[in-house]
Amino acid sequence: MRIAKIAGFYALVAIILAQALFPFYYAVLTSLESGQAIFDVNYLPKVIDLSNYRAAFEDGVFGRQILNSVFVSTVVVIVSLGFAVTASYALARVPFRGRGKILLLILSVSMFPQIAVLSGLFALIRAMGLFNSLWSLVFSYMIFTLPFTVWVLTTFMRKLPKEIEEAAIMDGAAPLTIIRRVFLPLLWPALVTTGLLAFIHAWNEFLFALTFMSTDTQRTVPVAIALISGASEFEIPWGSIMAASVIVTLPLIALVLVFQRKIISGLTAGAVKG
Amino acid sequence: MAKVELNQICKSFGKARVVTDVDLSLEKGEFVVFVGPSGCGKSTLLRMIAGLEDITSGKLRIGGEDMTEALPAARGVSMVFQSYALYPHMTVRENMSFGLEQAKLARSEIAARVEDAARMLKIEDLLERKPRALSGGQRQRVAIGRAITRKPRVFLFDEPLSNLDAALRGETRVEIARLHARLAGTTMIYVTHDQVEAMTLADRIVVLNGGHVEQVGTPLDLYERPASRFVAGFIGSPRMNFIAGEPAAARGAAEYGIRPEHLSLSSEGRGWPGRVLLTEDLGSDTYVHVETAQSETPLVVRTPGQMRIGAGDTVCVAPDESRAHLFDAEGRPFARAPEAE
Amino acid sequence: MFLAPMLIVLGAVALFPLGQTIWFGFTDASLNNIDAARFVGLRNYIEWLDYGNDQGEWLGLLADDRWWRAVRNTVWFAVVSVSFETLFGLIIALVLNAKFPGRAVVRTLVLVPWAIPTVVSAKMWGWMLHDQFGIINDMLIKLGLIATPIAWTASADTAMAAVMMVDIWKTTPFMALLILAGLQMIPDDIYEAARLDGINPVRVFRKVTLPLVMPALLVGVVFRGLDALRVFDIVYVLTPNTDATRTMSVYARENLFDYDKFAYGSAASTLLFLIVALITIGFIYLTRMDLEGKETD
Repeated sequence: MRIAKIAGFYALVAIILAQALFPFYYAVLTSLESGQAIFDVNYLPKVIDLSNYRAAFEDGVFGRQILNSVFVSTVVVIVSLGFAVTASYALARVPFRGRGKILLLILSVSMFPQIAVLSGLFALIRAMGLFNSLWSLVFSYMIFTLPFTVWVLTTFMRKLPKEIEEAAIMDGAAPLTIIRRVFLPLLWPALVTTGLLAFIHAWNEFLFALTFMSTDTQRTVPVAIALISGASEFEIPWGSIMAASVIVTLPLIALVLVFQRKIISGLTAGAVKG
Repeated sequence: MAKVELNQICKSFGKARVVTDVDLSLEKGEFVVFVGPSGCGKSTLLRMIAGLEDITSGKLRIGGEDMTEALPAARGVSMVFQSYALYPHMTVRENMSFGLEQAKLARSEIAARVEDAARMLKIEDLLERKPRALSGGQRQRVAIGRAITRKPRVFLFDEPLSNLDAALRGETRVEIARLHARLAGTTMIYVTHDQVEAMTLADRIVVLNGGHVEQVGTPLDLYERPASRFVAGFIGSPRMNFIAGEPAAARGAAEYGIRPEHLSLSSEGRGWPGRVLLTEDLGSDTYVHVETAQSETPLVVRTPGQMRIGAGDTVCVAPDESRAHLFDAEGRPFARAPEAE
Repeated sequence: MFLAPMLIVLGAVALFPLGQTIWFGFTDASLNNIDAARFVGLRNYIEWLDYGNDQGEWLGLLADDRWWRAVRNTVWFAVVSVSFETLFGLIIALVLNAKFPGRAVVRTLVLVPWAIPTVVSAKMWGWMLHDQFGIINDMLIKLGLIATPIAWTASADTAMAAVMMVDIWKTTPFMALLILAGLQMIPDDIYEAARLDGINPVRVFRKVTLPLVMPALLVGVVFRGLDALRVFDIVYVLTPNTDATRTMSVYARENLFDYDKFAYGSAASTLLFLIVALITIGFIYLTRMDLEGKETD
């Protein structure tokens, strides 16, 4: 009876793993086929053909689009973290009236449906002359990176022992110095975590990227993949789509696998505490 | 020049009054201990002197200057925290230099001071280590070293020994006493709830209770002439015996107090008859708990050496009347009337 | 102050545009002349168009069948997805909570669906669910569960199921992790005490585990529920232009940009915002979250 239980357990584990990994595996499989081979359904690789991958970069736009995504995601993360560190210091260590309400307000911004700010943002971005510029994305992505980073960093800041801060005050350090030389080194893991999560979120973002960019060379990767179309209306180049998808996903998967511990703690810290 | 004066200091957190009307004058170079039960306000008082808490009302003067509103770093004080508060990501040397860097001292001066302090505390070979590689006692010394390098006029200690184990506590206590001797001229204010530390380290003790000062005096003062029932019960271990029954009434008092070391046991009729409840044998002394008719709670008698007495034995407890204390209903002591006994 | 810069940016990127959107909902703005928008009151929301001779019809968002269809779609989507995500997440969390060799590896790999960009997931599943060449249909036919291939994304009946499948697949890891965190906070000795008392494991789960993990579970459900109400990416990429899957966000966007009914779309966005806001406020009051930081952990 015990053997049946253990076998059943591991069967469950196998099912869980299979459902998690199969779609991506299949995408890789498809991307390695071309032409007619794609339309034969097979479960195991028959050929390894890299022509889809070559084709993806041939027109030069895809490479540019990847760079666009990298640029936007990186800059957004750096800027957000900069704002968030100072803000969370004030929110976590400096008692002032209405502090709880401001924190609540910040959190609630992350509840805004993206669509609700879309028209307003659209008008604003056009007015600022940022339409079709990557900076429009850097600006608008703050709507979800700022609340998240501030929230998580504030939680971490609260945990830093008060006595170390007091020792620094006794040593005569000004608040900025305290942040820079005492807190920042201690917050390092939290910064990595939130930075990673914000990066992933920014990389994945679709709606704003779709709406604010109008030319292919300016587009980011998610929009690019969504818009891949074939020579005619009825011909969807699945091979290319899968190849592009794999290219775009592999770095993310690598990031997540390497930093998984940090990512998990960041996700749950934000949610479980709240 | 390092005289510390507190004038009618009060502290409230919102509506809660935590410290009331504290007046103290601490001489330069004195070792003063603030002692009292948890929540009596001693740490708050210390932190007000440090500048980590605002003073709600009253005046603070250090070295003659008004420091009531001054920033901590401008007061010439250094603090040793209960949990050491070392910067975990910096080496010992960097920990000890941080404050000096903020004060913008020359590099050579900083290095010299760090070396001096390290030598004084015998932590020279720990200078390049990080706090997590140090034992509790070593961290404590680094914390003290960090305070020394700033050459403060006043040293503040916030329960520095409570995180150490018993053996280490004894050693470090002695080191702190030695430090005080070496840094003659530096006033030291030390907060603890342990009255043994208070008695052994202090030049003068300030006993606090519920936010106000119960008594200020030398250890011996507090021991022999407690100004209130509270101080009498707080100072001295084991605690003074308080009898509310016949011996007190016979002398016109609400309570009769006598320390365990001022009671003696005899098997003849001298004293109050009673029955032994239990004995605590420490080797050097024995504490005998005796049930008597005179007192509701058992009396604790401290006798030197070992006693061949067991539970259930009949004994007589004789007080040394010249060392007895009498307290009225409000806990105030009054002069001993001639004994009725 | 440290706080100010961040607040200014946040205000600019969130509050101001939100205000603008709400404003647009009350105007006749159109994509070509946003600045020339004029105030028209509640016309986008509800309006009575009189034909004369006692006949007329209601116009406006609140009278629009397509809008209410979108609302129903969204709510249905949210309820079903979150339920399954919670269920599957719970199962995965329970599995990951047990100690077995390779647990760390499994936990890492389970995250893969979450790591994949939403758009990519939609494309991948779109391919797998392809009516002619999709591998899902192939598997189902081979297993004898269906006779002919199903047009998952094209057919109105199954389109919603397809969208839900992708969303559940992608978000279950997140729920699983959340629940796992809650599970791991339950001290081991409780289980040991139950074992000593010889309590049957199913009862242990129902009476001990479930109540103790409920807070984490509820947090996950609410967060995910609010997310689900706002869903856009999956639907837009997997099943564009499909009545059965049009959610409120998709509906709003179509009006904003595709149909040149900018003001109308803004009104729809505002309604969606209100719905989400009401639910959020309700939840906050229900749990009275401690944000002042006065309580210690």
